[in-house]
Amino acid sequence: MANVETATDTPKMPLKQADTQPIIRVRDVWVSFGEHKVLKGLDLDVKRGEILGFVGASGGGKSVLMRTIIGLVKKDKGMIEVFGRDLDKLNEEELQAVERRWGVLFQQGALFSSLTVRQNIQFPLREYLNLSQRLMDEIAIAKLEMVGLPAFVAEKYPSQLSGGMIKRAALARALVLDPEIVFLDEPTSGLDPISAGEFDDLIRALQQTLGLTVFMATHDLDSLHNACDRIAALADGKVIATGPIGDMLKSDHPWLKAYFHGKRAAGRLNGKRN
Amino acid sequence: MAARAVSLNRKEEAGKLVLEAAGRWISSFAGQTEKLVTDAETRRAKSQAVAIDASHIEQLDTSGAWLLERMRRGFESGGAKAEIVGLDPRYKILLDEVQQTNTGKNAEEEHDHNAVENSLSYLGEMVTGFVRDTGEFVQFLGGVVVTFGRVLVRPWTFRLTSVVYHLDRVGFRSIPIIVLILFLIGGILAQQGIFHFRKFGAETFVVDMVGILVLREVGVLITSIMLAGRSGSAYTAELGSMKMREEVDALRVMGRDPMEILILPRMIALIIALPLLTFIGSMAALFGGMVTAWLYGGFTPEIFTERLRDAISWSTFWVGMIKAPFMGAVIGLVACVEGLRVQGSAESLGEHTTASVVKSIFLVIVLDGAFAIFFASIDW
Repeated sequence: MANVETATDTPKMPLKQADTQPIIRVRDVWVSFGEHKVLKGLDLDVKRGEILGFVGASGGGKSVLMRTIIGLVKKDKGMIEVFGRDLDKLNEEELQAVERRWGVLFQQGALFSSLTVRQNIQFPLREYLNLSQRLMDEIAIAKLEMVGLPAFVAEKYPSQLSGGMIKRAALARALVLDPEIVFLDEPTSGLDPISAGEFDDLIRALQQTLGLTVFMATHDLDSLHNACDRIAALADGKVIATGPIGDMLKSDHPWLKAYFHGKRAAGRLNGKRN
Repeated sequence: MAARAVSLNRKEEAGKLVLEAAGRWISSFAGQTEKLVTDAETRRAKSQAVAIDASHIEQLDTSGAWLLERMRRGFESGGAKAEIVGLDPRYKILLDEVQQTNTGKNAEEEHDHNAVENSLSYLGEMVTGFVRDTGEFVQFLGGVVVTFGRVLVRPWTFRLTSVVYHLDRVGFRSIPIIVLILFLIGGILAQQGIFHFRKFGAETFVVDMVGILVLREVGVLITSIMLAGRSGSAYTAELGSMKMREEVDALRVMGRDPMEILILPRMIALIIALPLLTFIGSMAALFGGMVTAWLYGGFTPEIFTERLRDAISWSTFWVGMIKAPFMGAVIGLVACVEGLRVQGSAESLGEHTTASVVKSIFLVIVLDGAFAIFFASIDW
């Protein structure tokens, strides 16, 4: 029980009284693969209760930063604080307690292919909590329906689902322990514009329902417009700008100009403005 | 401390049952919370109105919201009128959301078969599976032959680079392990022979035994089994993961025949590699036998080779060698068929890789038996 206690000793901050204390604080993080330096002294704050869109060139280190925060990639130096705790200073048990408070949606969903969707969603419940099968079934179905999938999908295997369904089912798994932070790695990539739009709405709705903080690495300009409260732009291994979409559009930085006023963005913006 | 994390107190107020929920209704305590809820549901009140007072709930997540809702539905289905009151407004959206879930009947089909029925249907599946396997192997073999014929007619479509690459992987790189294993087996055969033949003074016949056994059977069998495990499984896994990622389909839509590009080079490489490896392996086994006979039985290498020359003939050697390419074809065929059968999941890949190895070893042994009958009848 001691473990469970530590897992929840800071009560969840309700959305409305979101304080300004950042929930994730990244300071001077360096990551390299061999000789190639990907992140070069990156600083970033994520505030509680916001949806942060993280943009950057393909291969520029968006996923690397996400994977560094959640501990899948080793950093050369720097400091990462989540929930006000320095992840390097935690012992294994404390780290596990922190890990329980975040959920991750991988780019390809990463559902376990040998388990049904229901078993996939129940996996964290089964690993961390001691609940009756009935309650686990009900929670799994509830989560599944909250991410907009019908209940019968629960008995299917991941290989029987379409790309959009896999993303939703994976999101249900990421959310099953009611985490405080979710990391989304290109959640709308590979989805058609309608599904992508629905996914944005879903993330917004869930963020409001569950009081989530969302860290979203994305390329999707529509997601940035519709879902994100704030955007952080990554170029040359550093965060070059943060702020709401309006600030990004006004910025004079050449990379930001190219990104937000490029051919693909321009048509969309003109359409929006009219 | 943990016991007081959640509570649910009941009070009767003017014909109305009030359940006071308090504490932290979150997944960490969901186990205890569920017990409280189940208790509350079983001790039904006479009263027609039930209020679930949630004003003392400090913290709520999906599991807690669901348990509140489950309790409410429990009372409703018992004919009472139940409502959740006093919940902190910040959790309102969550509760609303949860109230819309778990409404439909769960589309779960529970097949309740008994053991006899299960084993019968399993047996039936195995039989149909066997028939289907046979059909598919024959069909696939036909496909390979047709492709081979087409390549013969248009030799420029032959993928030499690919064949050489696979030959290097399945042939050249298998040499150390095959030599080692067959050297040991030759040694063991000789040791056993000497040990048992010594009892009736027939030690010298150990050379005949090792020579004939190795050249006719053991050399080709062990080599085939090793390659089925080493290369057949690799073929299945490669083709399977290519199938999983639609690479095979990509080849097809680019107008290229996967049979020609993927299957044929692999089959040819195996068919060429197996006789060569069988030869090298058999020599290693004879050498192993010779070393053992020298150290353990006291035959000098000169005596050993002298006896060996008397004991074996060309036909002994060819019996083993003729079988080898057929073994290669069978292993390649099974490996490729199983590889292309892989469906989307990683589990399926594992399943078919196992099936590939098991089936090819089985077929190698069956084929060896058939050859034994054949060679016996032509008196070789």
